[in-house]
Amino acid sequence: MRIQLFGTCLVDTFFPETGEATARLLRHFGVEVTYPPGQTCCGKPSDSGGYTKETRKAAEHFISVFEGDDPILIPSGSCASMVKNHYPELFKDDDRMREKAEAVAARTYELSQFLVHVLKAHEAGLAGKGRITYHASCQLTRELGVREEPLLLLRSVRGAEFVPLPDAERCCGFGGIFMAKLPEVSYAMAEEKADKIISTGADTVTGCDHGCLMNIADALRKRGSSIKVKHLAAVLAEGLR
Amino acid sequence: MRTSSEQIPFRANAVQALDDPALRATLRNITEIFTQKRADAVSSLPFEEWRDQASALRLHVLDNLEDYIGRFAGNATRAGATIYRAKEAAAAREIVASILKDRGATKVVKSKSMVSEEIHLNDYLESQGIEAVETDLGEYINQLAREAPSHIIVPAIHKNRRQIGELFAEKLGADYTEDPTALTKIAREILRQEFLSAQAGITGANFAVAESGSIVLFTNEGNGRMVTTLPPLHIAVLSIEKVIPSLTDLPLFIRLLPRSATGQILTSYMSVITGTRKPGEFTGAQELHIVLVDNGRSRVLAGAYREMLKCIKCGACLNACPIYRVVGGHTYGATYPGPMGVVLTTLLDGMERAHPLLDATTLCGACAEVCPVKVPLVQLLRGLREERVEKGLTPWVERKGMIGFGWVAKWPLLFHLGQIAGRVFWPIAKRIAGDKILGRMPDFASRPFRRRIS
Repeated sequence: MRIQLFGTCLVDTFFPETGEATARLLRHFGVEVTYPPGQTCCGKPSDSGGYTKETRKAAEHFISVFEGDDPILIPSGSCASMVKNHYPELFKDDDRMREKAEAVAARTYELSQFLVHVLKAHEAGLAGKGRITYHASCQLTRELGVREEPLLLLRSVRGAEFVPLPDAERCCGFGGIFMAKLPEVSYAMAEEKADKIISTGADTVTGCDHGCLMNIADALRKRGSSIKVKHLAAVLAEGLR
Repeated sequence: MRTSSEQIPFRANAVQALDDPALRATLRNITEIFTQKRADAVSSLPFEEWRDQASALRLHVLDNLEDYIGRFAGNATRAGATIYRAKEAAAAREIVASILKDRGATKVVKSKSMVSEEIHLNDYLESQGIEAVETDLGEYINQLAREAPSHIIVPAIHKNRRQIGELFAEKLGADYTEDPTALTKIAREILRQEFLSAQAGITGANFAVAESGSIVLFTNEGNGRMVTTLPPLHIAVLSIEKVIPSLTDLPLFIRLLPRSATGQILTSYMSVITGTRKPGEFTGAQELHIVLVDNGRSRVLAGAYREMLKCIKCGACLNACPIYRVVGGHTYGATYPGPMGVVLTTLLDGMERAHPLLDATTLCGACAEVCPVKVPLVQLLRGLREERVEKGLTPWVERKGMIGFGWVAKWPLLFHLGQIAGRVFWPIAKRIAGDKILGRMPDFASRPFRRRIS
C-alpha cells in the first residue's frame, strides 16, 4: 500500500520529529510513504479567520499537489477536517473544483483513523512506556467524529499506562487565529487544560493536533510542569526505534 | 448599551474579567455543574431524536412565521388578550409604558424576560416614573447591584453567595449572611410585599402557542405565576419567533429545554396562560396585553442566518462554551452572551458595532453539540467571520498578513524560503512581540520535515 503524506505546515516547520515518527510508524506497517514535495499549508489559518479568497488559493494548491488515487494521510485532526469537510464547501459554486475537492476529501484520512480502520494498528501490540493522558482536539472529535480511535491505540500500547483526562474534549484555547486575537483568553483556557492534565498524574500528554499540543506545552511549561508533550505518532512510534 | 454605535471592546472586557479570581472560580464551578447535570439528564434518552424533531419543528415555524403569528394573535384575541406588534425596541417600550400610564400604574412586578432586557424596558419605565421590580431572585440581585444579567437563564451566575450577602447587607440593611436559604428568605419577604402592592405584572414567554393563543412560561421559583395572577393587569413582552404551532408540540420542549438549560428533568413551574380571567375563575389577570417584538428579527429571518431564530434561549451553549466559562457574560457587552449571543448580537445590532464578538470563538463546536434545536452555530459564526472580512472590518495588519499567507500557501518555494528566514527572524520577532502570542510558540526546526523525509 502507498500513501501520500501531508506533513502539515506546523509539523514541517516546528515539529519535524513528529513527521519522522509518522513515516516510521507507517513504514512499520508496510506502507510506502510518499511526500509530494510541493506541499505547503492546507489553508486552515485563513479559513478560521474568514479569509475565503486566500483559503481557496491554499486549497487549489493542495488539490493540485495531491493528485492521483493514493490515500492522503494527515497527522492532524484540524487539517484533515479542513480537507475533508471544508474544501468541498469552499467550492460549492464551482462544479469542476468542487468535484476535485470532493475526490481529494474522500481519500483523506487523519492518522489515527487510518491506523485503526485501515492498518488495525491497535491490534499490533505496539510497545511504549510511561503514564499517558490524551487531549481530544475539537475538529478531530466534533468535525471528523474521531473519538475512539486514539483511545483504542493508546490503550493497546504495551508497557504504557493510559490515564483518562477529565473534560478531555474541552477546547485548549488554541483556535488558530484565536490565539493571536485574544491571547489572554487563549492562555486562560490553556491554563485550565494544563491544570487538568497535571491532575491526572501522567508523565506524558498526547494528542492528534500540534496546534493544541504547542499551546498546551507552553501552559505546562509556565506552570512549571515537566510533563512531556508528544504527538500521538511519536508515542506510538516510541518502541520502533 | 444599544444606543451606542461604538464597537464592543471584547478583549479589554475579557482582560478585566480574567483578572477577577472570584469570578473565574464561580463561573468554573457553576458551568461545570450545569454541564455535568445536562450530560446526566440527556443520557439514556432518545435525545438526538428529540433534537432532530425540535429542529425541524422550529424551522417549519420560521418558514411559516407570519402565518403562525397571525393565528396566535387571532386566537389570543378571542381569548381576551390584546395584541400589539412592535417593529423596534423603542416602539415596544412605548407600548408597554402607555398601557401602564393609561391605567395609572406606578409599580410593576416582573418575571425574568430577556427580551425586556434587549429593549431596555426597565430604564425606560423608570424614566416614565414607573418602578419595575424584578422578582426572579437572580434578576432581583442584579437589580440591587444595578447590573445586567450575565447569563440568559442564570442571570446572577457571576456572583457568589458571599457577594450576595454583602449586597443584601448594603442595599437592604439585612444582617450579613451567606446562607443561601437565609438570603432567599430575605428576598422573599421583600418581594411578597412588592407582589401585593404592584398594579401590573410584566413577563416574557418561553413559547406562544398559535393554535390556542396561549403563552407558556417556564420558571423555577414560582414568581412567574405570582406576577401573572396577583396584579389585575398582565403585560407579556415576547419576540416574534417564540411561536410553536400547537399545544401538542409543547411536550417536546418541556423535555428539551430544562434538560438543556440546567440539567433538570422538568421545570419547577409551567404556566400556560390563555387569555384573561373568565367568569367563575378565581385566578388570572383581568387584562392581558401581549407585545410581539420584532426588533430586527424579520430582517434576520429573510437572510442567510435565519436558523439562529430556531433558538429557544436555554443557555446550554453558554455553559458549554470554553470562552464564556472563563470570561463570563458581562464581557460580551450585550444582552445575549456566549455563542448564541455572539451570533444574535451581530445580527440584531449590526456587524459594525458587534464584530469584535466574532473573535470570541475557537470554532470548537461545543455549543452546536449541546444545542437542543440544532442551531448550526459554528456554521453561522464562520459565515459571519467571512462577512466581516468582506466588509473590511478586520485589522489592516491581519488583512495584509492573510494576503501574504495566501501567496506562501500557493508557492512552495516562498513557503520554504519563509522557513529558512524564520529560523533567523522568528526569535527576533518573538523578542520584540513579547510573551503573549509568538512567545508561546516554539522556534523553527533547524531542518524542516521536508528536508528530512526521503
